[in-house]
Amino acid sequence: MRIWQYGDNINTDMLFPGKYTYTCSVAEEIIPHLLEDLDSNFAKQVQPGDIIFAGHNFGCGSSREQPVLGLKAVGLKVVVAKSFARIFYRAAINQGLLLIECEDAINSYDAGDTVILDEDAGKIVVDGDTFSFPKLPAEILAIQDAGGLLAYTRKKLQGK
Amino acid sequence: MTDMTFAEKILAKYGHQKSVEPNQIVTIKPDHLLTHDNTAAIIQKIQPELQHYGLHNPNLPIIVLDHVIPAASEKTATNHKLVREFVTTHHVKHFYDIGAGICHQIVIEQGHALPGMILLGSDSHTCSYGAIGAFSTGIDRTEAAALLLTGQTWLKVPRSIKMTLTDTLQKAVSAKDVILHIIGDISASGATYCSVEFHGDINQFSVDDRFTIANMGIEMGAKNAVFPVDTRTIQYLKERKIAPKQYTSIEPDPDAKYAFQYEYDLSTIEPVVALPHSVDNVKPVSEIEGLEIQQCLIGTCTNGRLSDLRIAAQILEAKTVHPSTRLLVLPASRQIYLDAMKEGIFDILTQAGGVVLPPGCGPCLGAHQGVLAPGERCLSTANRNFKGRMGCKEAEIYLASPATVACTALYGKITDPRSMVN
Repeated sequence: MRIWQYGDNINTDMLFPGKYTYTCSVAEEIIPHLLEDLDSNFAKQVQPGDIIFAGHNFGCGSSREQPVLGLKAVGLKVVVAKSFARIFYRAAINQGLLLIECEDAINSYDAGDTVILDEDAGKIVVDGDTFSFPKLPAEILAIQDAGGLLAYTRKKLQGK
Repeated sequence: MTDMTFAEKILAKYGHQKSVEPNQIVTIKPDHLLTHDNTAAIIQKIQPELQHYGLHNPNLPIIVLDHVIPAASEKTATNHKLVREFVTTHHVKHFYDIGAGICHQIVIEQGHALPGMILLGSDSHTCSYGAIGAFSTGIDRTEAAALLLTGQTWLKVPRSIKMTLTDTLQKAVSAKDVILHIIGDISASGATYCSVEFHGDINQFSVDDRFTIANMGIEMGAKNAVFPVDTRTIQYLKERKIAPKQYTSIEPDPDAKYAFQYEYDLSTIEPVVALPHSVDNVKPVSEIEGLEIQQCLIGTCTNGRLSDLRIAAQILEAKTVHPSTRLLVLPASRQIYLDAMKEGIFDILTQAGGVVLPPGCGPCLGAHQGVLAPGERCLSTANRNFKGRMGCKEAEIYLASPATVACTALYGKITDPRSMVN
């Protein structure tokens, strides 16, 4: 498991360049361009179970959902950041990609530290120090538990 | 309750609650859902459901083809075709094909957004409609797909920020300078998750100016940005044949509680420029004057209105764009295009050497019509200067007002508009 570390204000153009927004919309088209202008190694080397650690305002900018679709498709386990931009946060809920907002965990991390995540307990352990993060509200967990918003919506429509 | 902010009041109303508090989640039915070229990707997610259940409400979506128009490739042409077929099959009531304009301009200009309404859109600059007192915010494509099927979604009640603007602007300083100054001050994440309310000496700002400011709410992380409804809003709507009885505006209570409060003395704000590669990297134009610029862009959903083009024409009348730079002009809608032609604005800008592009998003997102080369600099009136935004990660994007961009086009270098504007 590798931790990819980035700074503040990682915007949607860094995560997925705008010039591809209207020509790439499914996972296999998105993955080769993921983080293309930020870190050209990412798309080649990322493995299922990897984690991103980032600063404030992760995912700011456009409403394009390719960054979330791509990160979910490559099997990223979680993005931990000091804060997230709201459209990105919402898009992650809708795709079932786990995001954790925990400034203290980011501040205490140094490259090479071991990181253990216990999602159910709401805890993340960085180099032996434990940090808690709040559970999502029930309304939002229901979307995540259904496997994302489209699955949730299909269930609701079928139940009518 | 008599102490609610704008966001609390409108979300309580739409959520059928007496009162709400920040962080509470409400289920709402928006008045409209905006989608654009990305409609193609949205409907492809839900083809079987659309066939089986149909569109929840053909009056809900507003669809505008604006992002890559006319189509730049077989792929974008196919997307446009899919959207047109969807519109016909499902009897979508509000559809605007290529050339009508940029989606956000259309929503306000055509009277789809009214004071006191809630609108959602699969575009981050959906926050623009706060210019006329609506609550509007951006969502992702998947959520837009679900809304087409169900007509409802959840929203978290945001905390609110009160921004009080006092006194009057100096000559040659514009609404664009105001919002860039504010973002430079509070940072690109300074309003994250928050509803931003503008208060104070607002009446000096036209609806066009308010549009520019609300449009950039997302660039400080805001959920929405909103202006009070006043005589200028009412007049703007009247000119579009919308009478006050057709809408119910919502104003914050005087005792509303704000998470943060800021006050800006407008008379002290200078013309500014946002430097690469972040919108909050803001400096007074005087500090960066003389920097050579290869492409000047006046237009987009931030500054492509008639009042913006008029300023450019005043500055460039009977003059010529400097040979070391080029000028692109991007009107925000067909109506603005027609008005600008009637006023002779395009004569002036074309004779000066400018290139008038079709009403749409043009080069702003780097897909076509003015992509930059490595090492080039663009001074633009758009809202974003992220690395790679205009199609090349080795290019630099600077953001400024229409006056600053027009003056810069004359000299090929960043130029303070105060020396040239009366």
